[in-house]
Amino acid sequence: MRRLARVASLSALAALALLGGCGKPEFSDAEKKTIASLALNTLPALKADTTNQYADVPAAAALGSTLFFDVGMSRDGTVSCSTCHKIDRQFQDDLPQAVGVGRTNRRTMPLAGVARDPWFFWDGRRDSLWAQALTPLENPLEQAGNRAAFAHYIKNRFGERYERIFGPLPDLSAVPANASPLGTDAEKAAWNAMPASEHEDVNRVFANIGKAIAAFERSIEPQQTRFDRFAIDLATDSKPQGDAAFSAEEILGLRLFIGKANCVTCHNGPRFTDNSFHNTGVPPVKDLPPDRGRVDAVAQVQADPFNCFGKFRDGDASACRELRFMVKDGQDLVRAYKTPSLRGAAARSPYMHAGQFSTLDEVVAHYSKAAPSVEGVSEVHPLDLSDRERAALVAFLKTLSE
Amino acid sequence: MLHAARDVISRRGTGLASIWRYILAGLGLAALLVGILAVVYLTAPHSAPGPDTSRSKKTASGLFVASFEPERGVIRQGELQSWLLTLKTAAGAPVEGAAITVSGGMPQHNHGLPTSPQATDYLGGGRYRIDGIKFTMSGWWQLRFGISAAAGSDSVVFNIVL
Repeated sequence: MRRLARVASLSALAALALLGGCGKPEFSDAEKKTIASLALNTLPALKADTTNQYADVPAAAALGSTLFFDVGMSRDGTVSCSTCHKIDRQFQDDLPQAVGVGRTNRRTMPLAGVARDPWFFWDGRRDSLWAQALTPLENPLEQAGNRAAFAHYIKNRFGERYERIFGPLPDLSAVPANASPLGTDAEKAAWNAMPASEHEDVNRVFANIGKAIAAFERSIEPQQTRFDRFAIDLATDSKPQGDAAFSAEEILGLRLFIGKANCVTCHNGPRFTDNSFHNTGVPPVKDLPPDRGRVDAVAQVQADPFNCFGKFRDGDASACRELRFMVKDGQDLVRAYKTPSLRGAAARSPYMHAGQFSTLDEVVAHYSKAAPSVEGVSEVHPLDLSDRERAALVAFLKTLSE
Repeated sequence: MLHAARDVISRRGTGLASIWRYILAGLGLAALLVGILAVVYLTAPHSAPGPDTSRSKKTASGLFVASFEPERGVIRQGELQSWLLTLKTAAGAPVEGAAITVSGGMPQHNHGLPTSPQATDYLGGGRYRIDGIKFTMSGWWQLRFGISAAAGSDSVVFNIVL
């Protein structure tokens, strides 16, 4: 009887030891390599933006910061960039869809590391940070202004600061108070009545507004997280100390992230994004206008007079390779949206391009189930993760926000 | 189970024999497990040999010999890169004035290339610069070239595994 008990307890001990072994933070060399590639210390220095000669001019960044927070930069004086890109909220607004002068159809994107993006907005409809910054200024649902009014506003309010950076302002005395090729019918009519030289003058001031705001935004970079401290310790074979130590659940989540759950396929590199566009079967939002993602953005970026091929680019066209070699058509672009960075994601619900999911649990459940796309073909395949595995993935994602 | 064991022990009066029985049963179970694992391993599809990743090969119909190398020697994931496609005839002469189309994708992910690479320059000696290549993720990529030159039209596929 006693011997039987001894045999039983020995086998129980053996089983426990076996189970305990699974929770150890031991990774294969391939896993270690992948984990190291995600750590923030592998983020290269920010490259120069040759299309914006003011990108690293401190006075331009200072003016850009003023403009970023200035509600005067809108039709009714109530909306600035910072209305949706809130400085104390990772430069986003916690809303499913951004609200400026009106309600838009897309989620506000956070700005950490934004200057490293090759494409801007969820669908990549702009190809530079400065061209991006101009777009909400004239969107009737965001800042709802028009470029003639912005040129006058800059001259009246920031003329001296502007001229110290960009040189003399043009003579705007004949330029209508409100005019834009994208505005209301009256604004369009006023724009069309202007001579080409005035179009160029106004567009030049407008482009420089974008370049100043972009110079400011270049300073917004991702911060080190618990994951990065863990990854550095792992890479240097030192035992993670304090909050750099991961729980068994977080380790399981990390292992799934870079393994079975395939998250790292798209969420790769130190920013956890491949900077590309994918259809992952995210459902559309009822009551919002039809949204086909990247496929409709191609024509928009090509038509943008402020794109890299346009006359407002500084430097030479060798900087325009992303635009030059852009995929212009095909099924892959239908309902394809940009892979967002996952840094800080756990602290900024809701998720997806129109705030479709309110929690990370819902996001992970979506990828585990992999429902087909309403249009086009989803690239994700069902994972059938267990409750424990889904919870572990969420636990790991939280380490990117701590 | 425990009750049964107790019964056996009390009936026989000696625990030793019954423990041997358990050990024997354990060994039997272990043997069974090994057997099942063996069957699973033997019947599981053998992992397919990786795709042919040679950087130099004959085109599909044997018209040309094509070589494909990153222009700066290394592949950097996530960056736009130029590669060099070198075309020679079967006799080893450089192929000049070829019209080249580029397509490709990731066969296991069922999607195309994230960029539209193009043959942008002829560098002499049968060498063509293919610019705008970007590998956004690790895995198996394919680049397919359609080649039209004086000798005729042919195609070639290169596999790149990151």
